[in-house]
Amino acid sequence: MEVVLALAIGILTASGVWLLLRPRTFQVILGLSFLSYAVNLFILISGRLRTDAPPIIARGDTVDASLYADPLPQALVLTAIVIAFATTALLLVMLLISRGLTGTDHVDGEDRDQ
Amino acid sequence: MSGWAAHLAIAPILLPLVVSAATLLFDERRRKLKRWMSFATTGALLAIAIALLRATDPYGVAAAPLVYRLGDWAAPFGIVLVVDRLSALMLLLTSILGFTSLFYALARWDRAGPRFHALFLLLLMGVNGAFLTGDIFNLFVFFEVLLAASYGLVLHGSGTTRAKAGLHYVAINVATSLLFLIGVSLIYSVTGTLNMADLAARVPLVPREDLMLLEGGAAILGTAFLVKAGMWPLCFWLPSTYAAAAPPVAAMFSILSKVGIYVILRLTTLLFGDGAGRAADFADEWMLFGGLATILYGTLGVLSSQTLVRLAGHYVLISTGILLAALGTGRPTVVAAALFYLVSSTLAVSAFYLIIEPIGRGGEDEAVQAIAEPVFEDEYIGALEEEEDEIGIAIPATIAVLGGGFIFCALLLSGLPPLSGFIAKFTIIDGLLKGDGSVPAAVWALITLIILSGLATVVAMTRAGIDLIWTPTERPQLQLSIVEAIPIGILLALCLALMVQAGAVMEYIERAARTLGDAALYTSAVLDAPGANGGAVLP
Repeated sequence: MEVVLALAIGILTASGVWLLLRPRTFQVILGLSFLSYAVNLFILISGRLRTDAPPIIARGDTVDASLYADPLPQALVLTAIVIAFATTALLLVMLLISRGLTGTDHVDGEDRDQ
Repeated sequence: MSGWAAHLAIAPILLPLVVSAATLLFDERRRKLKRWMSFATTGALLAIAIALLRATDPYGVAAAPLVYRLGDWAAPFGIVLVVDRLSALMLLLTSILGFTSLFYALARWDRAGPRFHALFLLLLMGVNGAFLTGDIFNLFVFFEVLLAASYGLVLHGSGTTRAKAGLHYVAINVATSLLFLIGVSLIYSVTGTLNMADLAARVPLVPREDLMLLEGGAAILGTAFLVKAGMWPLCFWLPSTYAAAAPPVAAMFSILSKVGIYVILRLTTLLFGDGAGRAADFADEWMLFGGLATILYGTLGVLSSQTLVRLAGHYVLISTGILLAALGTGRPTVVAAALFYLVSSTLAVSAFYLIIEPIGRGGEDEAVQAIAEPVFEDEYIGALEEEEDEIGIAIPATIAVLGGGFIFCALLLSGLPPLSGFIAKFTIIDGLLKGDGSVPAAVWALITLIILSGLATVVAMTRAGIDLIWTPTERPQLQLSIVEAIPIGILLALCLALMVQAGAVMEYIERAARTLGDAALYTSAVLDAPGANGGAVLP
């Protein structure tokens, strides 16, 4: 499972960085989204990979903490997802504003090739 | 202290949040009400910051930081807010800038687009939160709050230039936030905590094989802050973004790069100070040489700037560079001087951003500054020109007032005697030379660059000043309304007060630097805070 996750994060990051460096605004936004997916997975594994371990301790009894998954990264990831979602929405609005005002979808607001 | 005073520490976050939400309930026709609401809030924030400053600095007592436990959860598990002398100082600086920038915006800029007051207050909330929090992930959340508000404010006034610069600004900062998250999760995976005080206690215990991961995480986290602070080569977005933003917004933004510096200072002293064992001082050289490169780049930028706004943007880079390099030398004698420089240069740059617009009015800068049609029409009614009359009257002899203010700013920014800019640079150089005997070549380079950057600023400001103010043109008579003059006057008067009261301010800042250097004090105050019913522990 470690290999699969590491590959997933690596591929997402690589495509994200490549897209981020492209000249079209939509590609940049997609790149940032890919990067944020990669980062979200990365945060999740900072609490170590566990299967079949619940993050929430049942009420009452004294428990062995080693049987449970670390709940904190899961909470962090939720926050990160929400914030990334909001900023992506904001970037889409910026894309539309920029497209409307400059008439091109180039990130610099002007096409150098033409 | 009475009951409500115990909750004072959270007021700088809650108050702007609540009022900002409340201003959203009214549409743009109730503009006057909104103005009063946000104006009163910035005034109240100023009072709160002063109260906190006094609470953390009682006379003759070795004050521990004020710790406020959110929800009364004990420290490593819950989030804490920590107010020590440095946080209180930064809060005060933020509220001063918030008050003056908003005051200036009331003259006309708050009418340039919808929801200015809500965004402005949210920005204040985010900055205050970043200065107060004692938890790294909570810091991330406050960074996002201030960034989200700043995205809106960069676009305030609309127009092609702002849209272009805004797009770059948002893209860079979203990418930077991802670096922030990677750094945070690396640090968490090594130490198992995100509370700053708990981290400070655990960093010395990190085993050797994990040290690389920890330092890697801290370096990635640091890169995120250096982008905000604008260290070369991460700074190319800064001058054009600040130049495109509306003047009161740019004046407020001059604190944003200082947020990055503050966090770097806080984390390096707390986590990688002398008590950190193997991980101590691992980033100092990067900060020193990065800072030197930033000063050099900023100096060249100041000399090559065609407009005053770009000049101011590059000056922000110079001040970032001086602060980073001075802190990177790792000499304890220089920290207090650097903090004094931070206060003085932030006030001066803010005043400069405010004074640029009336000077350039009617000139070539107009193309950048002018207010374009709103992109989204929704409920926003009425752009600038059709609205009510300007508040206040135009001041006679505007040219004398503006010219005087400009010269004042020039002296402050370039660090010429007798103003506070000179005192700040002098104490930095003094602190650099004071250390233990030998002065390495890099420190000499820093001193040379500090002096050279001042010289370059004088040259650039003189050229721009002669061009804009004293050369006769057929431009219309400059106009300055009283509402615009007062905040500029307040800021410059504060710089003057910094000069006259330099001794008292410096003593306070030295106490702040001493508390900052004492990581054990911070750690024990946070981790051993007894759970009170009110949740706050007062010294």
